[in-house]
This record gives sequence, C-alpha cells and structure tokens, in this order.
Amino acid sequence: MSFDLNFIGILIGAIMASSVPLILAASGELITERSGVLNLGVEGMMIIGAISGFALMVITDNLFIAVIGSMLSGLFISIIFGVLTQSLLTNHVATGLALTIFGIGMSAMIGKNFVGIPGKEFPLLFINLKENVPFLGPILFGHSIILYFAFLMPFLTNYFLKKTKIGLIIRAVGDSPTSASNQGINVTLVRYSCILYGGAMCGLAGAYLSLIYTPQWIENMTGGRGWIALALVVFATWSPIKVLIGALIFGGITILQLHMQAVGLRIPVQFLSALPYIMTIIVLVVISRDSRKIKLNTPTSLGQIFYKEK
Amino acid sequence: MIKIEKRNDVSPSIYFLTPILAIFLTLFGGGIIFYVLGFNPIEALKFFFITPISDLYGFSELLIKATPLCLIAIGLSFCFKSNNWNIGAEGQLIFGGIVGGGVALLFYGHDGFYVLPIIILSGAIGGMMFAMIPAVLKTYFNTNEILVSLMLVYVAKLLLDYLVVGPWSNPEGFNFPETRQFSESARMPILFDGLRIHAGIFITLITVFLSWLILYKTYLGFQIKVSGLSLKTAKYAGYKGKTMIIIVFMISGACAGLAGVGEITGPIGQLHRNISPDYGFTAIIVAFLGRLNPVGIIFASLIVALTYLGAETAQIFLQVPKYTGQVFQGMILFFLLGSDYLLFFKIKFLGLKKNEL
Repeated sequence: MSFDLNFIGILIGAIMASSVPLILAASGELITERSGVLNLGVEGMMIIGAISGFALMVITDNLFIAVIGSMLSGLFISIIFGVLTQSLLTNHVATGLALTIFGIGMSAMIGKNFVGIPGKEFPLLFINLKENVPFLGPILFGHSIILYFAFLMPFLTNYFLKKTKIGLIIRAVGDSPTSASNQGINVTLVRYSCILYGGAMCGLAGAYLSLIYTPQWIENMTGGRGWIALALVVFATWSPIKVLIGALIFGGITILQLHMQAVGLRIPVQFLSALPYIMTIIVLVVISRDSRKIKLNTPTSLGQIFYKEK
Repeated sequence: MIKIEKRNDVSPSIYFLTPILAIFLTLFGGGIIFYVLGFNPIEALKFFFITPISDLYGFSELLIKATPLCLIAIGLSFCFKSNNWNIGAEGQLIFGGIVGGGVALLFYGHDGFYVLPIIILSGAIGGMMFAMIPAVLKTYFNTNEILVSLMLVYVAKLLLDYLVVGPWSNPEGFNFPETRQFSESARMPILFDGLRIHAGIFITLITVFLSWLILYKTYLGFQIKVSGLSLKTAKYAGYKGKTMIIIVFMISGACAGLAGVGEITGPIGQLHRNISPDYGFTAIIVAFLGRLNPVGIIFASLIVALTYLGAETAQIFLQVPKYTGQVFQGMILFFLLGSDYLLFFKIKFLGLKKNEL
C-alpha cells in the first residue's frame, strides 16, 4: 500500500511540475488583462524566454543569470507590444499575434546554434526529504525554487490585486480607464507596467521549460502552452486562485496522457496528445456558457484602446 | 517643436500608403538584423528579396506561395471586417486538406474529369465545417473564438499526423508518414511546362472576384461592414448577428479549406505531416497588409510570399535559418500597425516662435 501511495505522490509531483509554466504565464497575463490590456503574445514571449534562458545558461554557465536574463528578455520583447498598443494605439489582438509570430521566428533564429546542446542540472531543494517521507515527500520536496515560487504566485497576485493600493489602481484602470484617468491616474503608465510585468513572467515560464522541465532547446518547444495559459485566464474568470486550480487540471491531463501513452493503451498517441487542447475547448464552453458570470468578472475595458485627449 | 493632432477624417491615399511605408521600415529593420548577424545588409537583402524572383521559375514559385496566402486572407477579411477573430485558419486549411485528401485517396486509380472538382469541393466543405466549430460555440455558448479556433489548429495537426502514420499511410511506402501519391486525375493541371504553377491560381482569382462582389455589391457585404464599424448600429438596424457570425466563419473556413486542397492536389500531390508552412497564420498578416481589401490582398500576398522564398534562398546562400522569414513577417505587421498611427493623428513640425524663445 505504501508503494502505491508513493506512486500517487510521484504522480502529483509530476502534475505540479508540468503546471508551473502555465501558472507563471497565466498569472502574469492575468495582471496585464486586469489593467485592460489583452496581450495575445504570451506564446511568443514564452519562447523568447525559453531560448534566452537556455542560451545564457550555455554562455555564462550560470543558472541565476540565465533565469534573470530570461525574465528580462520577456520584458524587453513585451516593450514592443507596449509601445504599439499604448503609445501608437494599435489593435491589441493583431499586435499580440504579431508578437507571437515574431517571437517564434526570432527564437528559432537565435536558437540555431543551441540545438542539441545538453542542459545543465538545475538544483532541486530538500532532495533527501523527498526520498524519505512517503507520499508527501515527492509532492512537497525535491522541486526547483521556481516551482515553489510559481505555487506562491497566485496567492501573492490575489493579495496584491485585492489588498494593496496599486492592485486597486490596476483594477480601476481595467474597469474604467476614463474615470481612473479623471482621478489623476496615469492610465498609460499603469498599463505599460502591467504589460512589462506580464512579459517578465512569460519569460520566466519559458525558462522553466528550457532549463528545468526539459533541459534543452527545441524549436517551438512551448507547443501551445502560451495559448493554454491565455485560456486559463478566461477559465479562472480573472481570479488568481482559480488560475492555480486550472493549471493543475491541465497539468493533470498532460501527465495523464503521457502515462496512458507509456502504458501502451490502444488509443492512438495523437488522440491522447490532442486531449489538453480539446479539454481547453470544453472547459471554455462550460465556463463561458453563463454569459452573465463572464461579464461580471471580465475587466470592462479589456482589449479596448484608451486615448486621452491632450 | 512637434505637435500631434487628431485627424478628423482619414484620407484614402494615406490609408493605402502606410502599408508601403511599413514594407520599407521592415526592409530597414531586416537590414539591421542582418548587420547584427554579421552580414552585409544590402547583399543579404538582395539575396532575400531580389534573387528569388530574378528568373521565370522563381516567379512561378512566388505565385505558388501567394496562391494559398491570398485565398486564406480573402476569407479572413470577411471575419476581420465584422470583428470576428478567426485565427485558426491553419487548422481549417489542414482539415480541408484532410477531407480533400481522403476523397482523393478514395478515387485512387479513377480517371475522369469529375474527380478533381469533387475533391476541391469536399476540401472547401471540410474547411467550412471545421470553421463552424468556433462559430457555433461563439454564437450559442459565448465562447471566445480566438482561443477555440487556435486550439483546433493543434487538433487538426494531430489528426493529420494520426492519419498519415496510421490508416492512410502508403501501403507500399516503407512506413514513411505519408499517403500514396494521388492519381493524375486528382492533380491540379500544370499551366506551363517546366514550371510548377498550377490551376489553383484561378480558384484564388475567382474567389477574389466573388468576395469583391459580396463585400461591395451585396446587402450581406454591407451588413458585414456595418457590424465591424459599430455593433450597436448593426443591432439597431436589426441585423441577425448570430447568422452573420456563422456566415463569415463559413466563408473563411471554405477559403482556407480550398487553400489546403489546392496545396495537396497542386505542388504536394499527397498527404504528409507538413502540408502547410503556417500559411494559415501568415495569411493573417496578408489580410492586414492588404487592408482587408480584395485588391490590396493580392499585392500583399505577393509581398509576403516573397518572405517565404527569400528565407529559402537566404538559408542556402547565407546559412540563416528559414525562420528568418517569420521574423520579417512579424516585423511587417508591427510596422504596419504602428504606422496606422499616422491615419488618425497628424504630426506637425512647427518652427519655434519668437515669444517661446
């Protein structure tokens, strides 16, 4: 029995690990969307984070620099989005798409010389507790520091949005930029900051993939996770705690289908691989069906251009 | 002194001049990227944009790439004009290819003039059905069409993978992930000996003409444009919003499906894993660059098709990855969207007045 329990513990640990990039990217995007900005460039920012993290790791041989660098590169690339949507007042959807296309192309261009290089081992914390404590060991211990950070993030984000003054300002800007502006809040500045923050978090999410989850560089290695993160924000109805729950569900589906593949069920591999995407659609349908509930929680000015006559 | 003023009306000349400005800025930005990578920028840009179309064969290749791009972008323009964000054209292309390819395999060994039209039609219907999924979910369940249409791209890719590896793989193909080569009767006729340009280009041109007709000469086209400009006006005028969402998705899905079937019966001639180098996504850029206007889209498709060819040439001569093309495509869209600022705002350069000194 204890063996079985331990196996379940390992399974849960694996699910947690696979949900980390989703949690990071989605909680970053959540802040951006709460300020009224819809950035569809998550996938592009993530992949840029993935390649810059990996490249910096190879070049400097220093994981700390790699992680910080990946966040900075996510931030830098999101500046493009910020300048376009906030200063040049472009359409959020189209600009986000351009960012994703550009990011994927750019990452492949940079990554050309990094294909096939093995990654470096990322230090895991409390490794001996993981082996010695049955069941809870593999769940609570033996993870990278980024995983712990990711699991703390939804709670921090929740506190930040609901209990701090800056959080209140962000929500005010997202719900009614005009009244916020009349109150003397610099809407453009708030939105810029939220975009850059979202970019940094997506960069970190990408670095988690290329440095820890599958420590190597593969072209297009984000594989649609950025888009799933975007769906998660809707699924969570813009509430950080629900992002955590949603990410764990998607992590669960991913791990489950991998195990089903490994066990050799007679279902074709491709159908199992399609499961996370199909589930995303089903979940979106279930959540969005009640249009009142969605409307109540959606930042009112989401995706709309704000222009202040000077 | 620089002063920024809001324009009261958009002049049509600027409306079509800013895309050209965007292209020049992209060339400039691309030159900088090549310079950073250690190439002579002028030389590199020449390899990218001039070498590929310096002979007849290259020009035919340009038309082959522009054919699906133009077709998909025309379809997307219906969606984008009415504020429906179908960004899963890639999935609709693949699904159209799957349905058309399935029919082509069904007719394997058959001769007859009717084979190709049936395949083309079934491909269009396939793409249309696939586009109906996000449309129906949007109208009846209020689901975000951006995310649904995008998720379906991955589903379509995996379905194609399953089919070419499994049930549809060539029985004599040594387990390669591809189907049989289609029969001659299931292939698009080649227009000129020695070139690959095929009859699919006529499908594209006919579609362009038909969409111009629909958009500018019918009541439906008028409704689409009005709903894009103001949803409230459309509601007030009593347009059936739900029906229109479904119609624009059907049109754009059918176009993407046609593009898919044109690829597999044209240059490819069978089904395999990569029937499209992301034409469905790139067509989004084409649609914007062409200002959602049928004639504009024709020119835009030629320019964007050149980034595909240029990336291939640059890959051979400069050893840069073919993804350079995507970088250029992203940049075009960035610069295009950015230069739209000039549409709505005037930038005035004023001399310093005496009293300010």
